[in-house]
Parts: sequence; structure tokens; C-alpha cells
Amino acid sequence: MFNETVLKEIEEIKARYPDRKSALLPSLYVAQREFGWLSQEAMECVSKALNVPEAMVRGTASFYSMYRHRPAGRHVIQLCTNVSCMILGAEKLVDFLETRYGVQPGGTSQDSRFSLVIMECIGACGTAPAMLVNTDFYDNLSEKRIEEILEKYK
Amino acid sequence: MEKFLLRNIENPNSADISEYMKAGGYKNISKALALSPQDIMDEIKKSGLRGRGGAGFPTGMKWSFAKADPKFPKYLLCNADEGEPGTFKDRPILEKNPHLLIEGMVISGYVLGSEYGYIYLRGEYPAAADILNAAIKQAYEANYLGDNIGGKGVKFHLAVHQGAGAYICGEETALIESIEGKKGQPRNKPPFPVNVGAWSMPTIVNNVETLSNLPLIIEIGGEAYSNIGSKDCPGPKLYSISGHVKRPGVYELPMGTNLKDIIFTHAGGMRDGSKLKAVIPGGISTPVLPADAIDCAMDFVAMPRAGSMLGSGAIIVMDESVCMVKVAYRALKFFEHESCGKCVPCREGTDWLRKVLERIENGSGKEGDVELLSDIAGIMLGKTFCPLGDGAAGVVMGMIKHFRNEFEEHIKNGKCQ
Repeated sequence: MFNETVLKEIEEIKARYPDRKSALLPSLYVAQREFGWLSQEAMECVSKALNVPEAMVRGTASFYSMYRHRPAGRHVIQLCTNVSCMILGAEKLVDFLETRYGVQPGGTSQDSRFSLVIMECIGACGTAPAMLVNTDFYDNLSEKRIEEILEKYK
Repeated sequence: MEKFLLRNIENPNSADISEYMKAGGYKNISKALALSPQDIMDEIKKSGLRGRGGAGFPTGMKWSFAKADPKFPKYLLCNADEGEPGTFKDRPILEKNPHLLIEGMVISGYVLGSEYGYIYLRGEYPAAADILNAAIKQAYEANYLGDNIGGKGVKFHLAVHQGAGAYICGEETALIESIEGKKGQPRNKPPFPVNVGAWSMPTIVNNVETLSNLPLIIEIGGEAYSNIGSKDCPGPKLYSISGHVKRPGVYELPMGTNLKDIIFTHAGGMRDGSKLKAVIPGGISTPVLPADAIDCAMDFVAMPRAGSMLGSGAIIVMDESVCMVKVAYRALKFFEHESCGKCVPCREGTDWLRKVLERIENGSGKEGDVELLSDIAGIMLGKTFCPLGDGAAGVVMGMIKHFRNEFEEHIKNGKCQ
């Protein structure tokens, strides 16, 4: 179960909407933060806290790509490879992440340091290529710059 | 042109309410509350404002439908699900000028008789969520949000709702489903959201940039506003430009600025002396234009005549190093991934298009594949539940129309020339 603090947070989220189901997306984010990913237990907690059927929780959670359905590494890299990033070399950066850090798209490195998610546009097309590491944003990426940035994420 | 939407954003503290007010912000709320909602509605109609999310629907007309519906409460949803690849125009408003959006939403709420607003913000903008939440808090403290705004008894409450990485939620009925906690699958229309929207109530969904134009209309009046930019779709417009130009970024220019001028004057032309090959003018869902077809006004009327669409005004500039087969393949990978799966032509069509493009790109294309692509796209066009499928089909059709040789050479030679 969620602890008291988290339950209070979810109550506050519920108060923003005319019905409790609308708190589902934000509550799934809370569960993901608490559990690291949306495990069976995490989704049951959301279902109980919102009094929403588990099937609905699972259905919604499976639709959106920012919810994780297996454990992630300590840091999640979300790299964009859509057209504006692609034409400025994002695909080479995917290869670089694999050779340098042993992490493949959709996977996690053996040392659990990084997970890599390929994103569909993070709205940084003018300073492409770009990525998020957890919730931190970085743009104008090159192999060298990625190496410098990832030093901070142990 | 004097900047309005991006006013003061060079100031590192532009997102702070005191800086916004120093630059003249929030004075349009007081001005608006001294007018009747109907008077403002007339000004909006006079202004000719059209929605900036891509469809270009006249804002005044959309609002009058919601206003005419007798049901209450009415909801005002700001579409900040800026997901169209190539688009990053709303981001400077959300991150650097959030109070302009809040001011626009309060004025809109007053006109519509709506007391509750939500900003549906894409999950990929976590920094914007923090900035917006801080700005909303400041606006409550300054009594620009709450139960008695400006001491005039006007009520408007505002909250941020974060999406979770589904492009389709930029479609207004999918956005409504999503805010209700469901999968983001578009609804059948009619009924339209202006009558039966969020929580079954009359709902207005407007883009960030559209709502941010409201304070300007109040400031200078509908008529003066209608004299900015194109006659048929006036006002300032944010263009985001990316790819192989010297100065990519977001430019605030009069609506209808020539595409060629945006690329070669404002964005400084091609970088590293490269040569222009093609432009996707309005985000990935809009048909590509070859280099010799870009002498056209970037607005909702002229772009369809030029063979594409204004879309979100997201200009992707490609030089001669770019392989169009690869771009088409990448675009279709995107559409396949983002198709919500609700209707067959889109769910199957995007998958088939992607598969055929993938084999052409990988060097195992077959003779007749170009015709097959045209066939599939033709079957999809106009038959999908929402514009996502049309966008995917239109992208493929545009690519084949202008770069057919490249696809055929790929099939013949197994690779780029």
C-alpha cells in the first residue's frame, strides 16, 4: 500500500478534478516514482487509492509510453530520433550509447546504470539532437557532450 | 514587428510574475473585466483569430458554439500537448512566458463563462510543468486566479494536467479522454466538445498560442489585430524552424510571412554552404515541398494552395545530404507507433506503409512498391477516424509526388545514389 504521505498527495490530486478517474494519469506518475516502475503492486495501489477498477488502471497505463512496465535502470535516458534530430545525427548517438554504455533502445545496461528509451520528439528540434536524463533536459548533443553529461549520473 | 507572444523572454526571470507585470503584463485582465463578455466576443470575431494548433478554425465561432450551450459548468482546456515533430513553438511561452498564457486563459474563461481551466501539458516537458505550477501559484497569490479575480466576483481556477507520451492526445477529443483518465482514443463527432466535452460538459480546447493571443486582442482591439499579417488569418504567428539552417529557433512573425524569407532571411539560410533540397513546412504530418516550391505565404489559406499545410508552423529544412526514403520511413515509424489503434485504416495502414518503406530503405524493395505505397495511402486518406491517419497518408503521397525517382532508384539499386 501507499504510505500516508503518498495517499495525501493522491487526495490532493483528486481534488483538482470533478471526478476521481481523472486523477489516474497523475496518480500513475506518483506510483511510478514510488515503485520505480508500474508493477502489479503499484497498479493495485493506484486502483485502491482512486477506487477505479484495476482493468482500467492497467488499460490506461499500457497506452502511454512514459509509463514503465518493467524495472528501469538508475537513470532513464530518453533520446529523440525523430526527423529533426535524425538529420542532425541522432542515430549515431543511439549506436554510441550502445557501444559506450551497453544500453540498447528499450533496454537497460547490465550494471543497471542506464535505461534507454527512444522518444518521439521532445520539442527541441531547433537545438537537435536532444534528450532527457530522468527529468533533466539536454540539447545540442554530440558523443563528447553525452559523455560529459552522463558523468553526473552514476 | 514588435514581439508580443515572445515579449521579454530574453529576460532570464521572464517567467516571474513581477517581471511579467513590469513588462505590462496582467493589465489586460483589468481591461477585459471592465467589458462585457459579449463585447469581448465581438472583438475576437472582429480580430479574425484562427486556432494555432493546426486546424485553423475561427476561434470566435468555436467559442460562440460553447457559449450558446446552456449547460454548466463549462471547461476550458489548453492544449499544450505539443507533440507534432518539428514543433517547439509553444515551449517558449510555457517556459518563459507562462503568465501570458494564464492571462489569456483567465480572459477566455470570463468570455466563455467557464470557471475551470486545465493545461494539458505533454509529459515530455517536465521543466515546463514546474514553471507553470510556480506561475499558477503566483497568479493565485496575486488574485489573478481564484474566486474573486480583481475584486470583480469573477471565478477561474487553473491546474496543470500532465500527459504521458501519446502524440494522439493532441487531438482534442483524445485529449479529453486522456484528462478523464482513459486511453487517448479520439471520440466520434458529433457531438462536438463545445457541447459534450470533458466530463460531458461544454468544453473549449484551444492551443497555447491561440489563448496567448487573447491579451493582445484586448490590448489593441480586434480591428487593429486584424491588420497584422494575412487578411484571411491575421495576427502574429510563431514559426519553429529546425534542420540545416544557420539559425534554427522560434520566430514570432506576422502570419503569412513568406516561407522562403523565413528560411533564408530570418533563419539565415542554409548552414555550412549546403544546398536546400526539401522543406516540411508545418510539422511532420504536412506534405513535403521541394526546394523550388517554397515561395509561398505561411498561412492557413496559401499553404494548401502550394500543396501542403500550415500545420503548427514547424518548418523542417533539409539539405541535399538527406535521403527522402529515410525521412519517409522515419515519419511512418512515428505514425505507426502513435496510431491509437481505434480504427482499421490507420492502425493497419500505418503498419503496412512502414513495412514497405522499411524494405525499400533496407535495400530489399520490390518492383511495384511505389504503386503499393500510393495504393495504401489512397485507401487511408479520408477514411480514418481522426487526422492522424490522413497525416500519415499525406506524408507518403507528398514524398512520392515530389521525390518518386529517389524511391525508384532505391528499389533498383538497393540504396541511395
